[in-house]
Amino acid sequence: MLTLQAVLDGLLLGVLFALIAYGMALQWGVMNIINIAQGDLVILGGYIAYFMYLYGIHPAWGVIVSPIIMYFVGVIIYKLVINKVVDRDLFISILATFGISILFMQLMNFAFGADVVLANSGYGTTMLFDNSVTLPNSKIFSAFISIVFAIGLVIYMKKSKLGRAIRATAQNARAAKILGVDTEKVYAATFGINAALCGVAGALISITFTIHPYMGLPYTIRSFMIVIVAGLGNLPGVAMSGMGLGVFEEFADYILGTEFRIGSVFLLLVLILVYRRFKLSRKREYLK
Amino acid sequence: MKIKNIIITFVSAIAILFSTSVVSLAKVVGDKIILGAAISLTGKYSSNGVHTQNGYNMAVDRINDMGGIKVGGKTYKFDIIYYDDESNPKRAAQLAERLISQDGVEFMLGPYSSGLTKAIAPVTEKYGVPMVEANGASRSLFTKGYKYLFAVLAPANLYLDVAIETAVELNGGKGVRIAQAFEQDAFSQDVRLGILDAAERTGSKIIIDDKLPKELNDMAATLAKVKAVKPDVLVVSGHTKGALTAIRQIAEMKVDVPMLAMTHCDAAKLSKQHGKNSQYALCASQWHKTLTYKDDFFKDGMTYAADFEKLFGYDPPYQSAESSAALLVFKDAFERANSFDQKKVRDALADTNMQTFYGNIKFAEGGQNVDKPMVLFQVMCDDAGKCENKVVAPLKWASAELIHPIPKWSER
Repeated sequence: MLTLQAVLDGLLLGVLFALIAYGMALQWGVMNIINIAQGDLVILGGYIAYFMYLYGIHPAWGVIVSPIIMYFVGVIIYKLVINKVVDRDLFISILATFGISILFMQLMNFAFGADVVLANSGYGTTMLFDNSVTLPNSKIFSAFISIVFAIGLVIYMKKSKLGRAIRATAQNARAAKILGVDTEKVYAATFGINAALCGVAGALISITFTIHPYMGLPYTIRSFMIVIVAGLGNLPGVAMSGMGLGVFEEFADYILGTEFRIGSVFLLLVLILVYRRFKLSRKREYLK
Repeated sequence: MKIKNIIITFVSAIAILFSTSVVSLAKVVGDKIILGAAISLTGKYSSNGVHTQNGYNMAVDRINDMGGIKVGGKTYKFDIIYYDDESNPKRAAQLAERLISQDGVEFMLGPYSSGLTKAIAPVTEKYGVPMVEANGASRSLFTKGYKYLFAVLAPANLYLDVAIETAVELNGGKGVRIAQAFEQDAFSQDVRLGILDAAERTGSKIIIDDKLPKELNDMAATLAKVKAVKPDVLVVSGHTKGALTAIRQIAEMKVDVPMLAMTHCDAAKLSKQHGKNSQYALCASQWHKTLTYKDDFFKDGMTYAADFEKLFGYDPPYQSAESSAALLVFKDAFERANSFDQKKVRDALADTNMQTFYGNIKFAEGGQNVDKPMVLFQVMCDDAGKCENKVVAPLKWASAELIHPIPKWSER
């Protein structure tokens, strides 16, 4: 039963990670930018849901409100900072988004305070096998919403005009531009969509875990790792590696002890980076 | 042009001379005793940093309003120079250096948290500056042989051993089975050492001993183990994040334990954020407003809490109360030393033996307060879902009876 509990906990956690990683994979693939502020966008999304909760609105509505607000936050960040570094070296984009990350942490700390907060969904618990396996309904809800958004986005990318433009830009930005795609608009929309996905994930995290202005980095690292494992533009891969990471974390916790949980994630990251070093050195392509 | 340059140089030189003369007098300027404090006003400790600052400010105003400090037949008033250490130990150490060597401060108040106090203590020790601190409880602060560090609070290893002793007592004096999960930081690990000591002393057994990562957001694995092995006591310490995560997941996973003991319930606003789910949790606290200690300045805990709320608009957490107590200790020491000589003030601090609204204060060789026990309160909720913290141990201070064992989730 302990094993089943670990697998289910891991899967539910992993789906949420996968959603954050999906946004990262998308903008990394399209713009070649590694967004260190990914986790901070998640936390900001969480605060939106938390404030709705404070004002008496059920935090689950955050999964609709938060992405809308975060989309515009993403577009503004793109216009102010990212479009100035998108054609620069990868290292510059890492530095720039690192700066955004620090700025966001401090602004959130300033605006919302340094208290750890959470939003209570009151969803209760699903108990299986005579209470020996328990699944919080908030986690099931999170996983369900994550899957809905992921599938929705896949369809959007395939069917919509903007989705096709985004995919074309990811494949070959120069060719897309020559064929009339407004790459600038595509980049802004991509960053906005990524921020919106972070907003959804943040709202779900405020319901299932806790949020705090300085808690973003672990989410950045996890999504970075999922993308590294899955590779860019490989959506089923992102989902699988997200869930795999969730289960891996839970088992590392059981077998090695909680103190090695994060450590084992880092160890796995190092091993995968070494394994993938050739793939990572692939040529960067962008066009402004 | 040349004359103009000479005049500028001359005026600047006088200005510099004047400023340095102010600096050298900074410890006591006119009728003011100037204390220095690096406090976390921004960064991850800013909430508790503000509680600390509010506690200091309230005590300064109260002492000044009630006649100030009498030294050598003259009356002085307290004033504090604050700097923001950004919740960063390196910055805190730099600011302590700046307060002492540039601002000329000769007496310091502590920052918030054990980590930052650890960063500042070597600096105050180097310059022989007496520091009364109220928010660094880590045992390692008191084993380094510091001579100028005095803490009004009980050390971290004493936080939860009352809980273990109570559990053993309720078990008819027989040892209990303990599951524990502690964050990997100086404070929580000291709390853990206290539990290990208590377990050895009482013949109890530790059956789960998890170390939680700092990036803690999920305790499901630990709690699944707890569910499987059914311990008598579950102990959790991981600052506010740990307290909130534990309560959320214990409720979601319906983990039944006869006793749940934790730290930082107050700071986490546990009963406010989790309501009835936090019911029956036992929380270690340095102070509670219902304790009946008394002094001339704040009268007692209830009066302090009422005055504090009037000023700052919220119920004082123990971080504020202990910070206020630090000023009372300084006042008492200055008056007994009857001097501003750092060595004499240090010796007077070492001889402190007083009662404040916050508790009795008497320092051991290492600088920790050995005269004030920790208290345990239990979160108790009424049918309407309104929750309150009630002191249940030690029995001398108890305002309610401990509810033990915690009712099963299926019976709630």
